[in-house]
Amino acid sequence: VVAPQAARARILVALATAAWVAAACQRESRPFPELSQASGRAQSQPESALVAGGPPPPPDVPSPFQKSGWGQSEGKRLFTAYNCSGCHANGGGGIGPPLMDDEWIYGFMPGNIYTSIVDGRANGMPSFRNKIPEYQVWQLVAYVQSMTGQTPIDTSPGRSDHLKPHTAEIIQPYQGRRQTGHK
Amino acid sequence: MMGRLQSALDPAGPQAGDIAALTWWFFGVCAFVYVAVIAALVWAIFRRRAPSDDSPETSARLAQVIGAAVVLSTVILIVLTVSTVATGRGMTSASGSEAVVVNVIGHQWWWDFHYTSANPSEHVSAPNELHIPVGVPVAIRAVSRDVIHSFWVPQLHGKRDLIPGFETSMWIQADRAGIYRGQCAEFCGHQHAHMAFLVIAEPMNAFQSWLAQQRRSAPPPTTAEQQRGHDVFIGGPCVMCHTIRGTAAGSRIGPDLTHVAGRRTIASGTLPTTREHLARWIVDAQSIKPGNRMPPNPMSDADLQALLAYIETLR
Repeated sequence: VVAPQAARARILVALATAAWVAAACQRESRPFPELSQASGRAQSQPESALVAGGPPPPPDVPSPFQKSGWGQSEGKRLFTAYNCSGCHANGGGGIGPPLMDDEWIYGFMPGNIYTSIVDGRANGMPSFRNKIPEYQVWQLVAYVQSMTGQTPIDTSPGRSDHLKPHTAEIIQPYQGRRQTGHK
Repeated sequence: MMGRLQSALDPAGPQAGDIAALTWWFFGVCAFVYVAVIAALVWAIFRRRAPSDDSPETSARLAQVIGAAVVLSTVILIVLTVSTVATGRGMTSASGSEAVVVNVIGHQWWWDFHYTSANPSEHVSAPNELHIPVGVPVAIRAVSRDVIHSFWVPQLHGKRDLIPGFETSMWIQADRAGIYRGQCAEFCGHQHAHMAFLVIAEPMNAFQSWLAQQRRSAPPPTTAEQQRGHDVFIGGPCVMCHTIRGTAAGSRIGPDLTHVAGRRTIASGTLPTTREHLARWIVDAQSIKPGNRMPPNPMSDADLQALLAYIETLR
């Protein structure tokens, strides 16, 4: 026989767990069918020779992938695929400024990063207007934000194997049995 | 092209022949054992008890029968093991003396086949279509760009995994000309099932002329519409991922499109190459192969028709 308070506490714990699990669902969502519609609102053509395109998004509107583990890992893949790494290295900077420190020349808000990618910035950052689809820009925005911890830690991509100070154990030459501490 | 396009029981090369022979050998032995066991069971069920069943002579005979069955089972298992090992030996590792070397690169979710040359300008990338000459061993050197894939052409050989950061190798040989279907055999994500390719085995001179044709760059656009299509390609998102040799497009993220219209399928064996399929793929690839890396590309109808007219010249 369970006391009524204990039973109520158990139900509360179960409900809280269910709510917590449901809240985490966005992390793994992969909205493939919606991507076609999302890219329907394509980046507009430049309206004049002087103004770079249509109005940029408000700076504080978060990326739709801000809480999506899949979206950020896609952003990480695209960061290399589109050769962002060519200038920004893996976030550490080189020809372009580092992205993993706390200095932001043009602002750290999602809309600022979006504008930097789509319109480019002075002294070297090219414009990717109409080169990168809208949803992929937002995936890149979420990934760039993850470098400075602006996205939830459980959705941020981990560090790549090739950035570790040693090669992965599985492709190291065999050097005899390792001392593992197990008997 | 359909029918027995992909069957391990219809071998087209020496290794697949060995595997098929082993399969039938196993099938025969196991069928014999199965029939013998079921027959003994039926006999035991319908047999009536005899008064002599409890005698010491019967017990002794029973022990002999059981002993013989154990010995026979052991012998059969050893024979099957030895025949498996004997078949596996000598058909797995590349020896280094093959006539043709193909570098296989697995991507989510398509195949890239590289034919290298001492002259870098003769380097050929032929996505999703593996051309090999008939009757000579072909070395396969396989790597993966992302996750583990597995190279499997059932009519030519068994499976070989593609491991990121680690090269695996094998050799294959086709003894008769034909088209054989290959398939990724290691679950690799959303579109694993649509990661197929075709092996086109042809006589050596046909293979050589195919290779020479693949080494050529794309022809420049000749009509105004083709020129517009070329400009749409270079000015739009296509150029971020694809290569067309002979143009400014040189990215290696997606398949090389220098000869895309000359290939039999698009989207890694998903659809036959037609103008309609190309149009659907360009505008909304996610509705054909959800989760693949090709983004949707909304564009005006005139731009799309011009782009298709240009792509159809890439043979």
